[in-house]
Amino acid sequence: MSDHVSDPSAPAKRPVQLFRNLSAKIASIPMILTALVVFVGGTAWTVVHSFTSSRMLPKLEFVGFDQYERLWSTRRWMISIENLAIYGVCSLILTLLIGFTLAALLDRKIRFENTFRTIFLYPFALSFVVTGLAWQWILNPDFGLQSVVRDWGWESFAFDPLNNSEIVIFGILIAGIWQGSGLIMCIMLAGLRGIDEDIWKAARVDGIGTVKTYVRVIIPMMRPVFITALVLIASGIIKLYDLVVAQTNGGPGISSEVPAKYVIEYMFRAQNLGQGFAASTMMLVSVIVILIPWAYLEFGGRKRG
Amino acid sequence: MKLTTKLMAATALVAAPAVQAAELEVTHWWTSGGEAAAVAELAEAWEAAGNTWIDGAIAGSGGTARPIIISRIIGGDPMAATQLNHGRQAEELIEAGLLTDLTEVAEANNWAEIINPPSLLEACTFEGRVYCAPLNIHSAQWLWLSRDAYETAGVDVPNDWNEFVAAAPALEEAGIVPLAMGQQGWQQNIAFGDITVAIAGVDNMLAVLRDKDADVAAGPEYTAVFEAVATARELARDSNVQDWNLATNMVITGQAGGQLMGDWAQGEFQVAGQVAGEDYECLPGLGLNQVLDTGGDAFYFPVIDDEETRAAQLEMAEMLVSPEVQVAFNLAKGSLPVRGDVDLSAANDCMQKGLAILASGDGILPSGDMALSQDSTIQVEDLMAEFWSSDMSAADAQERYVDIISSAD
Repeated sequence: MSDHVSDPSAPAKRPVQLFRNLSAKIASIPMILTALVVFVGGTAWTVVHSFTSSRMLPKLEFVGFDQYERLWSTRRWMISIENLAIYGVCSLILTLLIGFTLAALLDRKIRFENTFRTIFLYPFALSFVVTGLAWQWILNPDFGLQSVVRDWGWESFAFDPLNNSEIVIFGILIAGIWQGSGLIMCIMLAGLRGIDEDIWKAARVDGIGTVKTYVRVIIPMMRPVFITALVLIASGIIKLYDLVVAQTNGGPGISSEVPAKYVIEYMFRAQNLGQGFAASTMMLVSVIVILIPWAYLEFGGRKRG
Repeated sequence: MKLTTKLMAATALVAAPAVQAAELEVTHWWTSGGEAAAVAELAEAWEAAGNTWIDGAIAGSGGTARPIIISRIIGGDPMAATQLNHGRQAEELIEAGLLTDLTEVAEANNWAEIINPPSLLEACTFEGRVYCAPLNIHSAQWLWLSRDAYETAGVDVPNDWNEFVAAAPALEEAGIVPLAMGQQGWQQNIAFGDITVAIAGVDNMLAVLRDKDADVAAGPEYTAVFEAVATARELARDSNVQDWNLATNMVITGQAGGQLMGDWAQGEFQVAGQVAGEDYECLPGLGLNQVLDTGGDAFYFPVIDDEETRAAQLEMAEMLVSPEVQVAFNLAKGSLPVRGDVDLSAANDCMQKGLAILASGDGILPSGDMALSQDSTIQVEDLMAEFWSSDMSAADAQERYVDIISSAD
């Protein structure tokens, strides 16, 4: 940004680019190395080894796409992918919707706002393992929600998602949304507070309804906030692991398995590093497939505009 | 931690240079009541010889502990000795030269002669060299039955699997779950293995597990096995516990007729104060086929570049197989000893049944751990987890099992 600020005391000599802001460059070396060695290097190492027949120990015996062929013909992997897709889409939409709605309600200058904000944010302070266990108990048909409603007199009430392989992923989804929407609400609330009061006044003068103001004016203005929220939710979705382990451990059967769990199980329990690496590479690919078009739209578009 | 240990060891060397006291860190995953008592026997015997036992118990099951143990060995921070199940789990560590060769101890103490069944030593042997000291035998082929449940239902306690299936409707009428089953893949896989031995027989099972013969796995004997497993699935429909000991508890309290589980279930009956033959019954090989597998625990000694430690490791290996330690440890743990020449008259009815099968010598088969790689085992467990929790047909399950076997290595 400040590339062309010239130094008046040495007008003729052009400073050597490499040594400009030297201390800043030295200070960032550790982070650059970390990024290169740990992230890029580690990723490359993993991808390379996913083409080998590594079992317990990594070794470089290349077998081509064998690990990937096996991966995509494994039923457990297909179920994992399907579960992640359902969880991902629902979690993305519902978390944003609930987060924004709660934030908008809190923003209407209600009483006890602090109390409500704390209550809504509190689940986020719990670890996924605690959330998972708590919801495992709540959804337990013998002493959780189902038995409470039956005790109230609705004898035929049935809500037992964790023991039904058709809908078990929605049982996990409930816990995930309960945990995650508080944080999104806080981010949205911060975004709403950043909107100028005058906008509201102007809308009121023009006679635009509250809901319409939100949808047509406020939400488009909150674009950066939405993107932050989106990134946070998406990263939470792709690494979904501990919630499942705590709540169902992949059961009943293998009906609530997720890709991250497949990776861990095959790397460590099945002692088949090659297969685990192939699965984690597929996770990386899926992230990239989503990320690249988005980054293109987001950054490429802005340059032209 | 590692540095502290080293410093302490150095200090000890300086302070007492004359004493040949060895300090070995031992990792294992024996943490339940009976298991801890058994480990204490080992530590006592080791310290009685003037050595120091540093206990490195890892809580959780083998599934939790094994990755920790293996990553410590691979990562260059090896313990001096560790429990592992013998079999193919350690194969790659041996190939990489990370485990101590125990052949000289094995030869000096004539392990080849005394260890019974010999398959235990075979599982420790890799390319002619011995790399582990077998410690005990656990077998999985047991059907545990509740006398209480059958009395309540007014039918005789079954003597084999077929009678068990035939008696199931009477139990169901009395509101008793015929078969207790924890909803976890490894337990369902044990049940599958048990039924395989009982119905397909040892030869067919070995052809599949050891020789990876997919034709046998697709054959009529295995069709019968998968149909029997499908029947078992129906009998266990109303059992919705997760952990194996909760399932055992259903049998103890008479809520369930029986459970297919390894002999470690016996520890639960003992803790509940039940007596074999009076309160509960056991049928090795499900009463159809008097066979037991010989899985179990063994100790491996990672290579540590220090002559003194190596000598101590060999000493410990020798101690583990010695008659005194075998008796003390196995009585505490409820498992069977790895040598046939020790006196275990204090053992209960069910252990005696197991000992008789081992002594006869023909009812012995290697455990799945020894024959299938961990990778294939997990695939079978996944298949079983899915099969037991869904309505998958026996034919579909068999088809997928054949796929796993034909791609197994």
